[in-house]
Amino acid sequence: MTAYIVRRCLYAVLILIGVNLITFWLFFKVNTPDDMARMQLGAKRVTAEAITRWKAEHGYDKPLIFNAEAAGMSRMTDTLYFQKSLEMFRFNFGQSDDGRDISHEIQTRMWPSLALALPVFLIGLAAYISFALLMAFFRATYIDFWGVVLCIAMMSISGLFYIIGGQYLVAKIWSLVPISGYAPGIDAAKFLFLPVLIGIIGGIGSSARWYRTIFLEEVSRDYVRTARAKGLAETTVFFRHVLKNAMIPILTGAVVAIPLLFMGSLISESFFGIPGLGSYTIEAIQAQDFGVVRSMVFIGSVLYILGLLLTDISYTLVDPRVRFE
Amino acid sequence: MFLPIILWTDALIFVLLAVIAAFAFYARQHEHLRAPWRRVAQTPAAVSAAVVLLAFVAVGFLDSLHFRQAIEPAGNAEAKRPAGAATAYAPEVKSVLDVALAHLSSRTERTYSAPLATHAYAKETMEVPGRGQVRDYPRLRNGGAHLKDAETEWGWDILLTVFKGMGLALFAWSIAAFLLLIAVKPTAPAYASIGAFSDAVWRGKTVVPWRTVLITLGLIFLIVVPATLLARGYHVLGTDKVGQDVLFLSLKSIRTALVIGTLTTLVMLPFAVLFGIMAGYFCGWIDDIIQYLYTTLNSIPGVLLIAAAVLVLQVQMEASPELFPTTAQRADFRLLFLCIILGVTSWTGLCRLLRGEALKLRELEYVQAAQAFGVSHWNIMLRHILPNVMHIVLISVVMDFSGLVLAEAVLSYVGVGVDPSMISFGTMINAARLEMGREPMVWWSLASAFMFMLVLVLAANLFADAVRDAFDPRVRVSPRNRHMAEAAAA
Repeated sequence: MTAYIVRRCLYAVLILIGVNLITFWLFFKVNTPDDMARMQLGAKRVTAEAITRWKAEHGYDKPLIFNAEAAGMSRMTDTLYFQKSLEMFRFNFGQSDDGRDISHEIQTRMWPSLALALPVFLIGLAAYISFALLMAFFRATYIDFWGVVLCIAMMSISGLFYIIGGQYLVAKIWSLVPISGYAPGIDAAKFLFLPVLIGIIGGIGSSARWYRTIFLEEVSRDYVRTARAKGLAETTVFFRHVLKNAMIPILTGAVVAIPLLFMGSLISESFFGIPGLGSYTIEAIQAQDFGVVRSMVFIGSVLYILGLLLTDISYTLVDPRVRFE
Repeated sequence: MFLPIILWTDALIFVLLAVIAAFAFYARQHEHLRAPWRRVAQTPAAVSAAVVLLAFVAVGFLDSLHFRQAIEPAGNAEAKRPAGAATAYAPEVKSVLDVALAHLSSRTERTYSAPLATHAYAKETMEVPGRGQVRDYPRLRNGGAHLKDAETEWGWDILLTVFKGMGLALFAWSIAAFLLLIAVKPTAPAYASIGAFSDAVWRGKTVVPWRTVLITLGLIFLIVVPATLLARGYHVLGTDKVGQDVLFLSLKSIRTALVIGTLTTLVMLPFAVLFGIMAGYFCGWIDDIIQYLYTTLNSIPGVLLIAAAVLVLQVQMEASPELFPTTAQRADFRLLFLCIILGVTSWTGLCRLLRGEALKLRELEYVQAAQAFGVSHWNIMLRHILPNVMHIVLISVVMDFSGLVLAEAVLSYVGVGVDPSMISFGTMINAARLEMGREPMVWWSLASAFMFMLVLVLAANLFADAVRDAFDPRVRVSPRNRHMAEAAAA
């Protein structure tokens, strides 16, 4: 099993290199530093000197992959690929266009993101599983039918509607919580209440319905029939046997999202003015700050790959049927 | 007198319609394909949703027939224009829908006005003869302009128009219902006469739930006809910040939503199918490469990849403006690019499903028999594997649609969606998101965008569910491709 995990880790590194190459191609080859300079300097009639100066200031005045003018090792190291792309593996992201250190920004903004995403994830998971459990337990009754109808209706509503509607109703009409903003420490709770609630409501439709199908699939298995044939009560069958087995795909499926919780969520952070990584990304996109977008793409990929690794490991832990080849 | 223009997305829409028509023709002749569709047609929710979807598709289709109007030279046209000279065409690209709704788009107000209002939404200082300067709500230029005394006549006028519209709608509906019953009678030969058939429809006893179809059709008529009549004198859904009619904007948004929902899948489908089947059929190093490719693409968070790609595209389009002679062509190109990049981020899910299925199928006897007979790999994949995974493709296509429509709104909010000049639900919501904070509140733009989206997506979801249940109740298409919509909500 150790060999299996080591192999998965090596594969993860390979994928990360692929991601790195794709982002490099997109941000330096398709979109050259000259384009970037012209974009930042604004007008179409930018002089060549201005572009050269901008590139020198921001460290983009190097060849892409191979520096023929340098000597020795710096032929490879004094290039854009090495300085801007490979450095990301050391979590050294350089500076954003307004001169701030991106790594430092990420370290400070990570925590508000987590403070929003973690409760949504944990409470949400519990809520979705309970709702799915309710529908599956009363399967083929009116509770089940209307539950599914509710799920489909809630899936069909745009996530933006939940946010705008929730802000209007809870914050503006009822004045229960502030409309937006953030405070560090324990004060954050009153700012986070509404976004967490909306985050949970927004995901309930698709998740609860998805978990319901998992429960129903498990209910139709042979071991359930055996348990019923033994004379066990339906509640015992459901909560002792079905629930336990259905939790395997549900929990291992949820593991992949855990590292991504650090990334926060783009939309609700920007709507609620929470200074997390999601709103950082949106600001960067709107300001066309390629350095920040590139860093966020890289971090997002690292976290996702980490999630895949955790999924693999959790499968081997909970499901003895997984083979290691 | 006009020059037809086929934009890129128009061409792809026509291709899509042709593909659907060809598939329908093919499916008609094959019982194993007809049976699941018959099951879909027997689900009341699905046929009701299909009727609604058809109404949306009709609007979207009208909006896809583009042309440029000829400009008549001023004065005596015949005399001035030399024989054989090329006609000049207006630079503006219009669609058939634009012409049909010309009375909506041309009658703008100065700024916000509430649905069906006759007076502006905010007070202004005006000169009134005899009373000097007065601060009051000014009359709208077009909203209720036909009324002499707006305060007293307004309510009755609207009530009367609505009743007239409902009467007209019922009349039109009964004609439509009659024609429909005659048209579909041959599909139910069990009933002796048209009378017996309509009696069965009335009691809801037919195999295909025609009563549901008629009720849905009736509801659509009851909404559309009075709204059309009202729209001649009022702004039915109000006007937005720059005074444009919100009903017009909502109707124009439909095409954008449909294009994003369908063309994205059309663009990514060839790659997903080819790579998925190849990976599963060949195994070995081809499988390794394809798996590596999709895991890598999948690792980049979808929204961020889209954002990065669209940012790069923006820069490139700024750099070469000569490629796009009109704004419509520019916006259209960006829409197509958005479809492609959405496709790149969403093909991996389908590819993985197809790979798994092809892995199973290649071990089956009939594939091994074909191999033993020396059938080439391509032919095996095309003739023996592809038809047996088509149900997965179909299910994932219909399931993806609603997620993509919702994703468009989110992406446009982030600023990496459609071109700002293109009317879409996303741009409508984006423009209107600060209006809830105004006093008095401006709710109609947002409400209209959300209502139209809800109806479209709900219909699509109900239809997709029925298709999935009919084609394969055991295939679980996980809600992976809803990740963007979910990321927005979470």
